[in-house]
Amino acid sequence: MSRPAAGRRGGDARLGVNPITCRAHGLCAELLPELIGLDEWGYPILAASPVPPQLLEMARDAVAACPTLALRLSGAR
Amino acid sequence: MSQQVLWYISRGTGMVSLLLLSTTMVLGALTGGRFAHASWPRFTVSGLHRSMSLVGLGFVGAHVATAVIDSYAGIGWLDVLVPFTSVYRPLWLGLGAIAFDLVVALVATSLMRPRIDPRGWRIVHWAAYACWPLAVAHGLGAGPADARLTWVLAVNAGCVLAVVVAVTWRATASHPDTVARGGGGW
Amino acid sequence: MVRVPRATPHQVMAAAGQARPADPDSPYRLLAGWVDTGRPADLAAHQRRHGPLPVPAYPGRAGPHRLIGVVDRSGLRGRGGAGFPTGRKLTAVAAGRRRPIVLANGCEGEPASRKDHVLLSVAPHLVLDGAILAAYAVGAEEAVVCLHAQDPLADTLRAAIAARSGDPVPLRVAEVPDRYVASEASALVNFLNTGDPRPTAKPPRPFERGVRGRPTLVDNVETLAHLAMVARYGPEWFRRLGGPDSPGTTLVTVTGAVRLPGVYEVPLGTSIGQVLELAGGAAEELQAVLVGGYGGSWLPLPSGGGIRLTHADLQAAGASLGVAALVVLPARGCGLAETARVLRYLAGESAAQCGPCMFGLPAIAADLTAVVEGAAGRRGGAVLDRLGGRLEVIRGRGACAHPDGAVRLASSALRVFGTDVRRHLSGRPCPWAAGGPRLPVPGDAAPGAR
Ligand SMILES: Cc1cc2nc3c(=O)[nH]c(=O)nc-3n(C[C@H](O)[C@H](O)[C@H](O)COP(=O)(O)O)c2cc1C
Ligand code: SF4
Ligand code: SF4
Repeated sequence: MSRPAAGRRGGDARLGVNPITCRAHGLCAELLPELIGLDEWGYPILAASPVPPQLLEMARDAVAACPTLALRLSGAR
Repeated sequence: MSQQVLWYISRGTGMVSLLLLSTTMVLGALTGGRFAHASWPRFTVSGLHRSMSLVGLGFVGAHVATAVIDSYAGIGWLDVLVPFTSVYRPLWLGLGAIAFDLVVALVATSLMRPRIDPRGWRIVHWAAYACWPLAVAHGLGAGPADARLTWVLAVNAGCVLAVVVAVTWRATASHPDTVARGGGGW
Repeated sequence: MVRVPRATPHQVMAAAGQARPADPDSPYRLLAGWVDTGRPADLAAHQRRHGPLPVPAYPGRAGPHRLIGVVDRSGLRGRGGAGFPTGRKLTAVAAGRRRPIVLANGCEGEPASRKDHVLLSVAPHLVLDGAILAAYAVGAEEAVVCLHAQDPLADTLRAAIAARSGDPVPLRVAEVPDRYVASEASALVNFLNTGDPRPTAKPPRPFERGVRGRPTLVDNVETLAHLAMVARYGPEWFRRLGGPDSPGTTLVTVTGAVRLPGVYEVPLGTSIGQVLELAGGAAEELQAVLVGGYGGSWLPLPSGGGIRLTHADLQAAGASLGVAALVVLPARGCGLAETARVLRYLAGESAAQCGPCMFGLPAIAADLTAVVEGAAGRRGGAVLDRLGGRLEVIRGRGACAHPDGAVRLASSALRVFGTDVRRHLSGRPCPWAAGGPRLPVPGDAAPGAR
């Protein structure tokens, strides 16, 4: 039920998507293809691994770009 | 600076604002309708939508500021924020004031978007559909001398046409998500 | 069948968990009264057998905390499908800042299961005791029994509630729309809050923010009935039956090709074969058994008969206990056709909120249907590959676990009925596909045992 606190260098930042508010706009996958793919219906498939530090900034951009704010980043410093 | 110059700058920036706001409207409608093309990926459309809105706000700001600084029409700082308080053409300036308030609200809520309730942002964003026609009406009504010029009329007509086409496309574009959502008798 | 001696009156002693049931070794715990008397237990009969509500055994400000400790030590796990440790859930709910709410989930949306219905019919006060005790343990201000609308049980439960007095927490019944996913925990919360019976996204989970924004404990009614027994008779008694990771007894619904379909109470750890024997044994030659309801897994028979009903053993066998229901498929039946029908039902029950569920479930149902009907022709292999890929992609991507159940069912069918898959693909007619449905699906003409 609990997960270790995020490391100081943001090592435990993870992407999550609210599947109900996600409307298959697909912007996130265009902005962050390293970590986000789309299924055949246009909904995002997120990498299970933590967001590496060098992609954090792009991950934040993708989160901000999602038209429905369905994408979130948790555990980032 | 001579009064004359300020007055021209104000009218010029107003015109550019109209162009930028119309472009923002078109790009916003394309984003909302999930327009995508190989050479126009979604993030390009939505990125342009954001930058156009910011540049647009800049021009609107310049338009408003020069109109106030210029003493010819006697427009006060309050008049540009509170509708229908101006002595000079109160109706047309009032429409402009409402449009200005809405533009500020639209941009402000968008900049704060990750921190506010998505529903609030969404409601404010629907106000764009009220803001834009008000701005067009304000432009045509507040400067009747300019507005009679053919090229000014042509630019206005072009903007209206582009926005009407884009919004109609958005309203009729159907995406499988929209169709499937809410199915199953819930 | 085991004869249980008549219950003798007993008293609840001052110390928690010190009362003794009439027969501490009986495999009948929840159903003891029914097995004994053949009659549903009214309040008087319930209290004659189990004594009064054991709240006085957990007195003072530390009492609720001690009760949670007792449940925790019993090792009781949820009987609603996920098998989550009940003590841990109580602890999480009690840790919230606001006064919690308790929901007793008695909807039993699972078409293959009938055990909650039976339990609520024959021992309503055991469930109500459990709801009150759980509410007492977490400091809740209200306990709500959730049942399907138009279910006659709603009146039974309202009458049972009216007959009680002196409960420390108010009880009421809520009637929930009769849809499969409407009894998922967050859907119950959403329905009580807004009238919308669809699941919501997590976080927040109900234990964090649920009914009226309060921490909300959602427990299956059978879980609560066990809790009512644990609070009286203690964790050591509870662990006398069952395995270390899955202690106690469980109610199992057995349907399909057995002679005596019905709901049985068995110690966890009983093998599938033994449960089928309890249910009268095979009515004809058997082929496979669906374990865990329509979101569960197929296991082959007779080879799977030795697998024991515990969380660990079933997981090792590539299945899960889910809601303890066994649907027995005879040799003269088509597991693929049955699975395709159930998948179509599950696809129709999607709340149509999450893309991977509202598009994915109809897609896998259509793929399997195409394989079954041989409609794919020479492209059959490609359809099968596509189905495999889709099953990989859908899991874990809905707001609730509904799509995961459908994926589990379909994957296990491909595994267990592999020979049939090849036969269907090669275009050889399946002798049983047209033999009529075996698994009950709401809305269809009801087959056999239900
Ligand atoms: C689609 C779906 C339907 C469910 N239906 C029921 C149900 O009818 N009854 C039930 O007790 N749990 C049901 N659950 C499980 C609940 O979400 C919840 O986990 C359970 O009530 C918790 O109780 P427990 O810890 O006592 O098992 C369902 C879950 C899903 C994903
Ligand atoms: S950008 Fe947002 S709405 Fe679009 S696919 Fe990604 S998460 Fe979903
Ligand atoms: S996963 Fe399916 S059933 Fe669950 S909330 Fe989403 S759409 Fe509804």
